[in-house]
Amino acid sequence: MRLPAVAWLAAALCIVAAAMIYAKVAWVGLPLKPDATSAVWTVEARASFYAQGNVKARLALPSNPPGFEVLDEDFVVRDFGLAEELDGGQRYALLSARRVAGPQALYYRLSVNPDDTPGSAREAFPGYPKVPDYPELFQPAIDTLLKDVRGRSADIASFARQLILRLNTSSDPAVQLLRDEATTPEARARQVVDILAGARIPARVVHGLELRHGVLEGRLKPWLEVHNEQQWLAFNPETGDMGRPENFLVWQVRPGRLLTVENGESADLRFSVRRAEPRAVDLARQLDSPLAKLSLLGLPLHVQNVYTVLLMVPFGALLVVLLRNVVGIRTFGTFMPVLIALAFRETELLWGCVLFTGVVAVGLALRFWLEHLKLLLVPRLAAVLVLVILLMLLLSIASHRMGFERGLSVALFPMVILAMTIERMSIVWEEHGPQDAIVQGLGSLAVAATAFIVMSQPLLQHVVSLFPEVLLILLAATLLLGRYTGYRLSEYWRFRSVWMGKG
Amino acid sequence: MRWPWQQLREAGIVGMNARNGHYIARYNERRLYPLVDDKLQTKRLAVEAGISVPELYGTLYTEHDVRALESLLAPHPNFVIKPAHGAGGEGIVVVRGRQGQDYLRASGAPITLGALSHHVSNILSGMFSLGGLPDQAMIEYCVDFDPVFAPITHHGVPDIRTLVFRGVPVCAMVRLPTRESDGKANLHQGAVGAGIDLHSGRTVGGVHHNYPVSHHPDTGAVLADFPIPHWPRLLELAARCYELAPLGYLGVDVVLDRRYGPLVLELNARPGLSIQLANGRGIGPVLQRVAALPQIPEDPLDRIRITVPDFDAARAAAEAPGAQVDAELAREFYF
Repeated sequence: MRLPAVAWLAAALCIVAAAMIYAKVAWVGLPLKPDATSAVWTVEARASFYAQGNVKARLALPSNPPGFEVLDEDFVVRDFGLAEELDGGQRYALLSARRVAGPQALYYRLSVNPDDTPGSAREAFPGYPKVPDYPELFQPAIDTLLKDVRGRSADIASFARQLILRLNTSSDPAVQLLRDEATTPEARARQVVDILAGARIPARVVHGLELRHGVLEGRLKPWLEVHNEQQWLAFNPETGDMGRPENFLVWQVRPGRLLTVENGESADLRFSVRRAEPRAVDLARQLDSPLAKLSLLGLPLHVQNVYTVLLMVPFGALLVVLLRNVVGIRTFGTFMPVLIALAFRETELLWGCVLFTGVVAVGLALRFWLEHLKLLLVPRLAAVLVLVILLMLLLSIASHRMGFERGLSVALFPMVILAMTIERMSIVWEEHGPQDAIVQGLGSLAVAATAFIVMSQPLLQHVVSLFPEVLLILLAATLLLGRYTGYRLSEYWRFRSVWMGKG
Repeated sequence: MRWPWQQLREAGIVGMNARNGHYIARYNERRLYPLVDDKLQTKRLAVEAGISVPELYGTLYTEHDVRALESLLAPHPNFVIKPAHGAGGEGIVVVRGRQGQDYLRASGAPITLGALSHHVSNILSGMFSLGGLPDQAMIEYCVDFDPVFAPITHHGVPDIRTLVFRGVPVCAMVRLPTRESDGKANLHQGAVGAGIDLHSGRTVGGVHHNYPVSHHPDTGAVLADFPIPHWPRLLELAARCYELAPLGYLGVDVVLDRRYGPLVLELNARPGLSIQLANGRGIGPVLQRVAALPQIPEDPLDRIRITVPDFDAARAAAEAPGAQVDAELAREFYF
């Protein structure tokens, strides 16, 4: 039988991809499977500002972060001179350049390895703080608080814990006044430090980064540390629980700004985080082989993180092709389920499904109400979009009130996709009846959930980021499926009367 | 043990992928789709080709034209107003008669000229067209349905769908509204489809929700062996539609008028697959046979003879005064 051209093309694509993968594995030594035993976190800080004249920038750097071993650090600063400075336990990078103008971007990259051995070394005791002069308004409240807590605690750790607990939960109006004074987590932590100073206990606010794979615009989080005359103890400034969050990289221990720029405007600092293979990181450093460059490793970290998402989209697309053309699941729009699956990345699967169903259901009800107004298509879509955004806002407010932080992630749900889903669903509802609309809605949701599960497989993510040529194989599969003219699974049901009961 | 796909293939069932890949993609040119999506253009082409369609009384293109509505309607007691790009029966108003100054809708409710004008304005603004694009309003002859189907249908308007491949009628069914489909002849919405034997023009049993049925679910009437009147004319009409829109894979929807006989109502560039269930056999073999022909005859009657070799006999019999289609010709297909 003669093979159609598409089969040859698919075979050629597969051969090219297989050859490239083989070369990378055999000659460069890129690992095919992720190494689960040890992980290396790579953190990239990107400082950007608009320079005018002789620029001096000072960037706070972590030094010996507890719980981590620093493997490597480096700067990409181009024309800037670099010096380091240690100031009261805080390390700074001083970057200076003469006569520069225009936007600047400086990169600092740090690789760390989780290190569970506890730091046993005594940490320098900073000395007992002076009792501060509290504002008259707060003095009585602080006095009673301290007296109260002293009676209920045995040592410095339990004292700090009790203080935070009482400060955050007491219904005493005087304490409530204190509480209202500090609204942000940052201000809360500072307030605790301030009150602890009243008991002459040294404490400080540190800032650290929670390491999560794929973070693009990470921000530092304030945390509380109290010295017990031997070492610094970490406390959650909100709950009083002892310890640090998981994978918390302490970045800054001294108060003050992370980044200061002289003769520069709109200074901004962003963090990207990536979890990587130790071996891949080694290879990325060498990068002598042109083959290794044909992977994500050569790109800046934040770009790598974007591509980890983008490179997974084709897997979702292939899945849609399979589920629509081979299985026969009906969905709204062709690739809308993939976009919904991408949105699930922010909310996680279960919550994503609940939020999607909720917003679409309420949106649909509102859309039918809009129907009475007989609007034209584009204004109607815009109106649905406005309603969807208001709905999401309501949901976020309501869930935040109920202490349900997950509801906040809805804000990252792509509302245009939701609005389009609602519009399409209502049209199907009108033209083909509610049954079809619900079947297709559930179909979309099922495809989106499956796509999300496939797209978040760590093994696939690993393979595609080291071997992007896998996508050529994917392309070959898509081409072949494009010529599949056999029955869909759903058609065995549709045409069941033809084959059932005939054995 | 025979696998389901072997059985489906042996029955000649064409699936969605095969329909799209082998037939629609290969025989239907995209640029021809507007011919069937725009009912005004379809009608214009049909009139030019001498194919019988409900007569077009007038078309309103702009808001300015709406003022002429009353004078346009004056000579016609019955008429239908519909959007040229409407979908799913949206925006169609049927008027049957007058009551003083007002018009009477098919339901018996009166409607004023002002309300009719407003409806036309809505059509022009694109309220009923897919995509919300500005549209035209068509005013046409109100089909006086042949009551012949009354015993086997529940209210609404039955129509006859013929699948025409490369101009050759390959398969047909009559779509009978049910209570569930709310008078609509759409199988998705719960209408019953009854296959038609191309030779005899008699129904061969039916399908409801993708499952074979022998009786109409509302009226209880037997669906098989019901003779479709004017069958040879109907076939000819369907075959000739290929000339006005040369789409290789075409669905032709015809209604039967009491006075004018079969009238083409609509053409469809993506006709569905349920017609196979209605006929109790797949369309694969006949499609392959027609696809294998090196050339398709110019004459629509020659094209019909490809699938209905005894067409001339059937036509002669049908046109003989008072003639009944010979029951012998009805080859019935049961499962």
